Amino acid sequence: MADYTPSEMMVARAARELKNGEVVFVGIGLPNVACNLARRLQAPGLVLIYESGAVGCVPDRLPLSIGDPCLATDSISVCSMVEVFNYYLQGGLIDVGFLGGAQVDRFGNINSTVIGDYDRPKVRLPGSGGACEIAIHAKKIIMVPKQSPKSFPEKIDFVTSPGFIDEVNSRRNFGFPGKGPSLVITDFGVYGFNKNTYEMILQEIYPGVTVRDVKANIGWDVKVSRPPKTTVPPTDEELRIIRQDLDPARIHLR
Amino acid sequence: MSGKVMTMAQAVGEFVRDGDTVVIEGFTHLICFAAGHEIIRQKKCDLVACRLTPDLIYDQMVAAGCVRKLVFSWAGNPGVGSLFGLRRAVEEGLPRKGEIEEYSHFGMVARFMAGASNLPFMHLKTFEGSDLPKKNKNIKFVRCPYTGKRYATVPALNPDVAIIHVQRTDEEGNGQIWGLMGVQREAAFAAKKVVIVAEEIVPGDVIRADPNRTLIPGLIVDAVVIEPFAAHPSYALGYYDRDNDFYVEWAKVSKDKAGMDRYLAEWVYGLPGRREYREKLGAEYLKKLEADSRPSGSVNYGF
Repeated sequence: MADYTPSEMMVARAARELKNGEVVFVGIGLPNVACNLARRLQAPGLVLIYESGAVGCVPDRLPLSIGDPCLATDSISVCSMVEVFNYYLQGGLIDVGFLGGAQVDRFGNINSTVIGDYDRPKVRLPGSGGACEIAIHAKKIIMVPKQSPKSFPEKIDFVTSPGFIDEVNSRRNFGFPGKGPSLVITDFGVYGFNKNTYEMILQEIYPGVTVRDVKANIGWDVKVSRPPKTTVPPTDEELRIIRQDLDPARIHLR
Repeated sequence: MSGKVMTMAQAVGEFVRDGDTVVIEGFTHLICFAAGHEIIRQKKCDLVACRLTPDLIYDQMVAAGCVRKLVFSWAGNPGVGSLFGLRRAVEEGLPRKGEIEEYSHFGMVARFMAGASNLPFMHLKTFEGSDLPKKNKNIKFVRCPYTGKRYATVPALNPDVAIIHVQRTDEEGNGQIWGLMGVQREAAFAAKKVVIVAEEIVPGDVIRADPNRTLIPGLIVDAVVIEPFAAHPSYALGYYDRDNDFYVEWAKVSKDKAGMDRYLAEWVYGLPGRREYREKLGAEYLKKLEADSRPSGSVNYGF
């Protein structure tokens, strides 16, 4: 099974980032697959929390939505959304928050609200959901967006969820409990953030991808760590679990 | 029978008035599509429709022209993509210009908490560093009188009417929910009038045998509607599964206005009520969604 898709690479890479016992606030789509993959491999004790109020989920099918019935059945606890946002998230229990978005900028700020002007939108996107408060409260943030010049522009059209905000890390002025963006895992490679400039920096590229490819698909002159590591491709076992068990209908991993 | 028990047509006719602030809550689970369809059939208009996740049902209500303003925190088709009815209203002004008031989930949750607690606002730690407060003047900030730290505030949301779907109720409207609970309890306590819609009606002693499951007490309930399968294509845990295929298919159905109008004509205006909707789907279709049996253990409430 040497052949794999960029989405499968993203999911495998994101899953490896999760440690057994961590408490993860899970989003829909690729994060969902990644968390459930990690649970099947190195992190069986990963605690999955969904904003729908399901805690300690062990879904036996891949939930299409974060309110799927399989999240409640066999979970540790089902609580109201008052509790999940106040006691779990604002209460400081979340180690890792996963976020996606239509646009991400170099400081890890995310737009999931609108393309174009807010009042005269070119494309109206779904909006924050719980993303804004996850970005503020989760101890660390991992993002798994697809990368293109449009989705990684010089300037995003709207800040739905704050990352480091700007080059002086204005984030810290607000006294947010969470440390902010930690990794951005795209379909080209993996970015971390520079500790002084708070800017995204390419740390890993996927097998077969060149730095030139990366630079052609991002809206600013991105910094690259020299030399970037090459990410270990998805293993046979990772691919088997993803394809046979997690997303056999290829709903999330097209 | 208690005086509260009535049909969906009666409940919507009596408790949803033009111009009302209306909440049909339910986070993915227990979304009362049957109530939304009845609102459309009765051509209710100028509604301020509030929900964390407008979902397919508000998509339809917006497309049918019932909604003046939408108050929400995540307006998408979960796991699938866009709500095209809403997008047409916001992007193209069809069938009318869609006015929106937008929060995050936590913001909406806090609005219902304040409303249910009879407080004017709720403070919470979110929204800073986001552009949302720039576009929604109802999001404000205060300093804590004890620590001096800054918090966001949102105003109480007290809807004119909340429509809450539950798995079972007695005739007084003591409604029991299990599985995902969303913000149904807060929405009900915040609302001036409450309509309970249930999969089944049970005797009061069934409710009293398991009081921890009663999320909505009858004392805040004005109307009780018994309507099996009222949440489809959403779901009712222990009764029927979420119709994920319907959600995926909805992207195609609703992508253009003609498709949306065809759906509304066939499945909403074209049917008198939920019974006919069930019949039109057919026994085989319903069978596919039927919940398997996963009973909980029982506990001893004795003393």
